[in-house]
Amino acid sequence: MMNPEIESSPGNGRFLSTLQQIWRSISVPLTAVLLAALIGAILLIASGASPLEAYAALFKGSFGNAQAIGRTLEKATPLIFSGLAVAFAFKAGLFNIGAQGQLLFGAIVAAFLGFSIEGLPAIIHAPLALIGGAAAGALYGAIPGALRTYTGAHEVITTIMLNYIAINITDYLADGPWKDMTPGNIVARTPKILPSAEIPYIGNVPVGFILSVLAAVVVWWLLWHTTIGYEIRTVGLNSHAAHYAGMRVAWTVILTMALSGLLAGLGGAVETQGVVGRYQPGFNIALGFDGITIALLGKTHPFGVIPAALLVGAMKAGSSQMQFSAGVAKEITDVIQALILFFVAADVIVRWIIRMRASDGDQVTFSSNWGQS
Amino acid sequence: MSDASKTIVLEARGITKRFPGVLANDRVDLTLHKGEILALLGENGAGKSTLMNMLYGLYHPDEGEIWIKGEKVALKNPRDAIDRGIGMVHQHFQLVPVMTVAENVMLGSEVTRGAGYLDVREAERQVRKLSQQYGLEVDPTAVVEDLPVGTQQRVEIIKALYRHADVLILDEPTAVLTPQEAQELFRIMRDLTNQGVSIIFITHKLKEVLAVSDRIGVLRAGQYVGTADPKTATEASLAEMMVGRKVILQVEKAPAQPGEAVLQVKSLYVKDDRGQTAVAGIDLTVHAGEILGIAGVQGNGQRELVEALTGIRPIEEGQVTIAGQDSTHFTPRKNTELGVAHIPEDREKHGLVMAYSLADNMVLNNYYQKPYASGIVMHNDAIYAHGVQLVEQFDVRTPSVMTPASNLSGGNKQKVIVAREFSRPTKLLIAAQPTRGIDVGSIEFIHKQIVAQRDEGVAVLLVSAELDEVLGLADRVAVMFDGRIVKTLPITEATRERVGLLMAGSEA
Amino acid sequence: MESSLNVNNWLRRYGFLSGVLVIAFVIIVWRYAVDPQVTTAVLASTLRQSTPLVLGALCGLLGERSGVVNIGIEGQMLLAAFIGFLASVYTGNLALAIAAGMLTGALMGLLLAFMSVTLKMDQIIGGTVINILAIGLTGYFYTAGLTTQGKLQPIPLGPLADIPLFGRVFFNNPPITYATLILVMVVHYVLFFTRWGLRTRAVGEHPSAADTVGINVFTIRYVNVIIGGAIAGLAGAYLSLEAVGSFERLMTNGRGFVALAVMLFGKRTPLGSWGAALLFGFASALQTQLQFGGEIEIPHQFIGMLPYLLTILVLAGFVGRTRDPKALGQPYETE
Repeated sequence: MMNPEIESSPGNGRFLSTLQQIWRSISVPLTAVLLAALIGAILLIASGASPLEAYAALFKGSFGNAQAIGRTLEKATPLIFSGLAVAFAFKAGLFNIGAQGQLLFGAIVAAFLGFSIEGLPAIIHAPLALIGGAAAGALYGAIPGALRTYTGAHEVITTIMLNYIAINITDYLADGPWKDMTPGNIVARTPKILPSAEIPYIGNVPVGFILSVLAAVVVWWLLWHTTIGYEIRTVGLNSHAAHYAGMRVAWTVILTMALSGLLAGLGGAVETQGVVGRYQPGFNIALGFDGITIALLGKTHPFGVIPAALLVGAMKAGSSQMQFSAGVAKEITDVIQALILFFVAADVIVRWIIRMRASDGDQVTFSSNWGQS
Repeated sequence: MSDASKTIVLEARGITKRFPGVLANDRVDLTLHKGEILALLGENGAGKSTLMNMLYGLYHPDEGEIWIKGEKVALKNPRDAIDRGIGMVHQHFQLVPVMTVAENVMLGSEVTRGAGYLDVREAERQVRKLSQQYGLEVDPTAVVEDLPVGTQQRVEIIKALYRHADVLILDEPTAVLTPQEAQELFRIMRDLTNQGVSIIFITHKLKEVLAVSDRIGVLRAGQYVGTADPKTATEASLAEMMVGRKVILQVEKAPAQPGEAVLQVKSLYVKDDRGQTAVAGIDLTVHAGEILGIAGVQGNGQRELVEALTGIRPIEEGQVTIAGQDSTHFTPRKNTELGVAHIPEDREKHGLVMAYSLADNMVLNNYYQKPYASGIVMHNDAIYAHGVQLVEQFDVRTPSVMTPASNLSGGNKQKVIVAREFSRPTKLLIAAQPTRGIDVGSIEFIHKQIVAQRDEGVAVLLVSAELDEVLGLADRVAVMFDGRIVKTLPITEATRERVGLLMAGSEA
Repeated sequence: MESSLNVNNWLRRYGFLSGVLVIAFVIIVWRYAVDPQVTTAVLASTLRQSTPLVLGALCGLLGERSGVVNIGIEGQMLLAAFIGFLASVYTGNLALAIAAGMLTGALMGLLLAFMSVTLKMDQIIGGTVINILAIGLTGYFYTAGLTTQGKLQPIPLGPLADIPLFGRVFFNNPPITYATLILVMVVHYVLFFTRWGLRTRAVGEHPSAADTVGINVFTIRYVNVIIGGAIAGLAGAYLSLEAVGSFERLMTNGRGFVALAVMLFGKRTPLGSWGAALLFGFASALQTQLQFGGEIEIPHQFIGMLPYLLTILVLAGFVGRTRDPKALGQPYETE
C-alpha cells in the first residue's frame, strides 16, 4: 500500500530493489498463468488436441496482425473497466460481484441516450451518453453500498441479487418502452445508436481502449494521490483505525461502491457505443465475473488490471481463430481462466512452487463477517 | 480445604514455556490438593493463562512435567485433559450462543438414541441433576445468548462437570461478573469443593482471593514467586508479592504548574459493547500543565471512558467540556481539530494501519489538512518529509519511512503513534496504556515525551493498568473501580499500598 | 432451541413463511374454483420449478451451517447436469446417470472444501472458481447432437395421484422430485435432531467451542460441503435428466444463485427453504403463465425479479431478520 511515487525515494541499490519489487509483484500472477496454461495443455492432450497448435492459433488470433491486436484491445476494453471496478472496491475491503448489473445499466442508459437524442454533434453526444451510462452504474452500485452501511446486508449477496434484478429491468426496457420498432424486428433490443454517439476507432485501436487506460490512471491517481483514496484504503485495511482517525466509514463504503459501479457502468457504455451499437439483452453476460479474475490477477492494482485484462481479452479474441484453425472448442479459454483464478487466489500453492514467502497485505479475505454485522 | 485431604490431584513441575520474544513461564512448580481452592494470583501478563492452557492441553510446555493423580501425562489436546478429569472455564466462554444450555453441555459428548438421534430430554435431565447436585441454578432449555453472563458461566461449569471433571480451572472468572454474581460464584465454588472437586482460581483481585481461597500461589513475570496462606496474608502483603519491589522507573520532572481546567467531565455515563453501563457517573477535571493518572484494574470502565472522551464511543449521559467547548457529542475528527491528542489503548487495532508506510501512518488523522493536502489532492512529498522529520525527532528505529508499520517492533510502533499525536498543536493528551508491552528504552522515551508535553502546558489524562507508570508520571491519581472514580489523591498521598487497596475496591 | 416446541421460537422462525403459505392456500383454493385446469398446471409447474432450487438451497445451507459459504452451487449444478447427461448418453442407464451427476457434485464440493478449509482461500473466490470452471469444462467438452434414450418419467403413486389438484400436483412426479421432498425432511431431521447436525451447527457458529470439546472442525466442514455438493449434483441431474432430457450450454441459467436466495429467504432451514423455493417456483410458473396466457398486463420481467427483490428485503431486515452463522466465511485456525 505504499505510494508508488515515494517508493522510489533515494536509496542504495535502488535499481536492484525496484527490480526485486517488480519480481515480487508479478511472480505469483505469472506463475499462476503458466500453471493454468500447463494444465490447459494437459486437458487439450487428453481430449486429443495439440496444445502447441492450439496456443499458437490462440496467439495468432490475438496478436498475429494489426487486426487481431485491434480485436484484443476491443475485447480487453470492457474487461479493464470491470476489472477496475472490482479492484477499486477491493481497496475498501468490499467485494463487488455486482459489476455485471452495473454494467448492464450503464450499457442500456448509454444506448438510450445514444438513440433517443437527435441533432447533437458527436463531440457532445458521445460523451453525454458515456456520462449517462457511468451515472447509471454509479447509482446502481451505490445501492449495495447503502444496504451494507445501513442494514448490514452483505454486498456479495445483494450484488448477486441486484445482477438478476438488472437483467430483468434491462430486459423489460429493451422489450418494452425502449424496444427497437423497426419493421421485422421481433427480438428484445434497443434501436441502433446514432452515429454521433458512437465511439470511433483510431486505426485499429478503439478509442474506448484509450478511455479504459485513462480510467486506470484516474483510479490510480484517486487511490494514491487524493484524500478520498487515502480514506478508501484506510477503511479497507483497518476500519477501526479509520474510525479512530475521524474518517466517515459509512460514507466511504457507499462512495466506494458508487465509484466502483461508475467504472462498471462506463464499461457497459463504452461497449455499447464502441462495439455493439445498441443494447441487446444477453450480451457479454460473464463480464462481471471476468472482472474478479482480472482484478485478482492484476493484484488489485489499477496498472495490474490492464495487462491482466489484455491477457483475458486476448484469450477471448483469439479463441475463435483457435476453434477455426486448431479445431479446439473456444471454451478451453474459460477453463484456463478458472485455473488462473484458482492459482492466483490459492497463492499458497504458487508460493510453495516458487519458494517465496508471503508479505503483508497480500491476503484477500472478504467473505468473513457477512450478513448482519 | 482442610488439612485432612492432602491428596495431590494435579502437579506441575518445572514448567517452562517460551513464545517468540517472551518467556511466559519460567520453571513453574504448582501443586493442587484434592478439594481445595487454589488461587493463582498475578498481574496481566504474569503467565497465569499460559500455565493453565498447558494444563488443559491447548499449549504444550517446552520443558517440565505435568502429573495428574499421580501419573505423569503428556496432554496433546483438550480431549486428553478432559479424559483425565480436567475442566476449564475460559475467560472467553466457549459456548454456542444460539443453542440451548442442554445442547451446549452435551456438545461433543452427546446423549443419543439409535442412529445419532439426540436425546435432548435426557440431556436436559442430566443438566438438571448436575445443577441440583452442585447448586448451579440454570434452565437447561434456555438459549445461551439470552442468559446473563453469570449464568453462562454456570453453564460452562456444568459443561465441565458433565464430562466428569474433578479439577476445575477458572480463568479470571470474576472479570465479567457483577459483585453479586461473583458472590454467587464463590458460593458455588465452595459447594463444589465440599463434594470433592478441586479448583484453580485465576485472578488478580486481592479481596476475592482472601475471601474464597484455601491457598494462594503467586506468579510474577512468568515465575512462581511463592505461596501464601489466606488466613495470615493481607491485601497489602499480597499486593507486594504480586507486583514485587520493582524499580519504579523514575521520571525526572519538576512539580506541576497547573493552569486552567482543560478537560471537564460531569456525571458521565457510557455503555460497553454489550450494552452494559461501563462508566457510571464520572466527574473529573484535568488542568493545563498537569498529568492526571487513572489507576485501576483493567476492565473497570477505563477503555469506555477514553473512547467516550475522544468521540469514538457515544456518550449516554453527562457532559464533556474540552478547552471551553462542549464536546459531549463531538466526532473523533472534531475532537482532533479541537486539540485532542489520543494514544489509543490498542495500537494495532486503532492506532495504526499495519500495511501503510510510517509516513502514511503519521498523517492518519490530519492527512486532509495543509500541507499534506489541498482540496482532495494529497502532497505525498510533504507527507514523506513530515515522516522523515518525525522519525528523526522521535528516534523511531526503522530502515525507512516507507517501511510498513507491521515491520516495526512494538516500541517503535508506539513511537510512531506518539510522534503523530505530538506533532500537532495539542491542548489535551489522552494516553491509554501508552507503554504496554514495549521495551524499557521506548518506555523511558515515551515517558519523557509525555512529561515534556505537560511542561509545555498540555493537560494530560494518563490511563494505565501499570500502577508503577501511574505513580511515576502522574501529578494526581484517580482510582477507577467498577465504572466510578473511587478516590482522587495528590501524588504525595498516593502510596502504592493505598492505591492498590483502592484498585481492589476497598475504601482505604 | 430448534428441537424444543416453543411457540415463540416457532413463530419467530417460521411465522412469516407460514403466514405466506396460509394466504397461498386460500388463493389456490379460490383459483381452483375459478379455473381448475390452469390452476393445476400452474401448481404442478411450481413444484417442478422449485425442485432444483430447493436442492441447491439444501447444498448451500449444509455448507453455511458449518461455516462455509458456497456461491459455486451454480457451477456444481451445471457440471453435474453435464456429466449426468453424458453418463446417460453412453450407458443408457438413468440411475447410473443420476449417480454420476451426484458424484460430480460431490467432487466439486471436495474442491470447494479444499480451497476454503485447507487452503483457507477466500470462499467467495473459491465459489467463483467453481462457477467459471464449470462453464469452461461443460462448454469445452460439449458436442452438439448427442441424444439420450429419454428422460425420467412420472411415477403416479397409485390412488393418491387421483386426488383432485393435490394428487395431480404432489403424487404424480418423476423420481428426483420425490427424492427432493424426502431430502428436505431428511436434511431437516439430520440438522436439528441428530448428533451430526448439532456438531455441524456448533462448528458454524463457534468453531473453537466445538474444538475445545474435541470436535474436528475440518472433518465436519469437509463432509457437509461434499454432501451438499452431491445434493447440488442431484439438482443438476434433475435439469438434464428429468426436466429437459438433454443438455444445453449454461442450462442452469442462474438457478444456483436463485438457490442461494432461496436458502437465505428460508433462513437456512430445509423446511423454510422448501417454502421459499415453492414461492419462487410459483413466481416462475406464474411468469410463464402470464407470458403465454396474457391475462394480466404485468410485464413478466417484474414477476421474474420478485424473488431477488424479496431476498434483498429479507437481507436488509425489512422482512423478518435472518442471522448468519457467526463463523460463516472464516477459515478456522488452530493454535
